[in-house]
Parts: sequence; structure tokens; C-alpha cells
Amino acid sequence: MRAPAALIAMMAVVALAAVPAACRQVSEDEVHAVAVLLRCVVCQNLSVADSPSETARQMRELVRERLVAGDSREQVLAFFVERYGTWVLLAPPARGFSLLLWVLPFAALALGLVTAVAVARRWARASRVARAPVPEVSDAMRARIRAELERPEAP
Amino acid sequence: MRRILRWLIPAAALPVLVLLAYGFRTDPRAIPSPLLGKPAAAFTLATFEGARVSLEAVRGQIAVVNFWASWCDPACYDEAPALERAWRRYRDAGVAFIGVNIQDKEEPARKFLARFNHTFPNAPDRDGRVMVDYGVYGVPETFFIDRAGRVRAKRVGTVTDEILQQEIERLLAESKP
Repeated sequence: MRAPAALIAMMAVVALAAVPAACRQVSEDEVHAVAVLLRCVVCQNLSVADSPSETARQMRELVRERLVAGDSREQVLAFFVERYGTWVLLAPPARGFSLLLWVLPFAALALGLVTAVAVARRWARASRVARAPVPEVSDAMRARIRAELERPEAP
Repeated sequence: MRRILRWLIPAAALPVLVLLAYGFRTDPRAIPSPLLGKPAAAFTLATFEGARVSLEAVRGQIAVVNFWASWCDPACYDEAPALERAWRRYRDAGVAFIGVNIQDKEEPARKFLARFNHTFPNAPDRDGRVMVDYGVYGVPETFFIDRAGRVRAKRVGTVTDEILQQEIERLLAESKP
């Protein structure tokens, strides 16, 4: 009978030691801050914070529970990712294949800017050429051109 | 410059086309479960009859865990008779069936069970804990758990006699751990 008593005492000590971390006060805002990052799993494109569904309410409750248990925001998100995959995150993670989603728009923007600048410079050059002064044609030259044009074709 | 542009435009369109082809070919609703191959989450629930049902109690057996709701019409209604048939067929072969009722109200859920005369245990998951542990995002979803307690397959949508037979036979064919 002695061993169980010691065990219970030990468990009590462990439990007491764990109390400060385990019974954190969690505000509505903290729950909300995590819930907006999670996709409501029964809706297509609503966050857990915004969905009025019963499932979203249950998920918010789980978020609160984990926060109260001392989990960080990242740990709570990891809890859901473990079960649902990264699909459950409203913002795709910036690594692996999903990294493309973050990089491509900026790459496309940069490429577009470079192209636009290049095209604009070509246009500017083209219009400079067009506006270049037409070389003076002297009367002697005019007469010669006319004569050349009127001359019958050489065989 | 002009020659480069002539090649650049189709070259730029190509990745976009590849991405579109990929996007249109994949079903956005078919989300792969990260749980496949992983140990199935333990749970203990009280059935509608008040008995205890737990995954732990059927450890060593193959387990079929089906998530359903009474409002899930017609998918859940279509598969209910098939689940009961498979249960009767395989119960003596060491296959346990557990129905988990989610996102539902008590009365219509009981009506559903009475209608199909289910003889395998069915329990409501009132706080959605089991639902989240299994990464369930809709009903019906069915999980096939092997004798070692690992999630081996997940079926989204109505399961038929053929699907149940195929998944169960596959796990039955494996040697006992």
C-alpha cells in the first residue's frame, strides 16, 4: 500500500508544479487570433473564427482548450495540421510546393515591370527616330531625282 | 529582340497551362489525409444505448470507423445498409464496426439508427473531438484501421458493398501482428 501512496504524492507534486503553466487565462482575442488562421472544415472558404457552424464552434473550443493547456499558437496550428494536413491553414505555408504560391505573384510582377520598362524604352527610341529632322533636299537634288524617275528603264 | 519575344510569349504561357491542367485535373475536395499509416487516435464514447465503445477495446481487430449524420441525405442513407451488411458478414472474422455520429442532433440521429436497425455500436461525438482527431471534414467518411491500430485507408463519401469488401479483405489478408 506504500507504493501507491508514494505514487499519488508524486503525482500530486507533479500536478501542482504543472498548475501555473496548465491553467493559463486565455482571452477571447487569443482564441480568435488562432481561429482566423484555421479553415472551417465543413465550409469551403471561411475561417473557424468567421463560420457560424457547429463544427467551427467545436474547433474554437478545442483551440481554447489547447491554449489553456499552455500550447503556443504554433502548437495549436500544428495540432490541426497533424490531423487535417496543411489544407486546414487558410494561408498556405511558405515552403515546399506551396512556396510557389508566395513567390510566383512577385516574380510575375517583377517580370512585368522589366518588360514594361523595356517596351517603354523601345517606344521612346522609336518616336525619337520618327521626330528626327528630315534632311534638306536641295533643288539640284530634286531635279536629279525627277530626271532619274522619268528616264526609261535601262534594258 | 523580336525573335526572342516570339519565343518568350509561348514559353511564358507554358507553365501557366501546365498549372491550369494540374489544377483542373485535381479534385479540390479530395484532400489527402495525413493520418494514413499513422496510429489511429484512441477514443471512448457512450453509445446511444448508453454502452461504452472504444477503439482500445477492439485493438487487435480490424476496425471500420464510420462518421455519419442524420441530415446527410442521401449519402449516409445510401451507405447505411451496406455498413450493416458488411458488419454482419465480417463480425466473426474479427472486424469491428463503430459508427460515430457527428454534427448532429440526438433525436434525428436516433431516428436514423432505428430506420436502419444498426446492430453495431453507434455513438454521438458531441464535442467534435473524435471528428477533429480523425481530420473529418464532412459526412460520410469511413476509416479502415488495421490490427496494429494504424489508419490504413480513408474513404470520403458513400461506401458500397464493393468498397467495404475490398478494404476489409485487403486488411484481413495481412498476417496478424
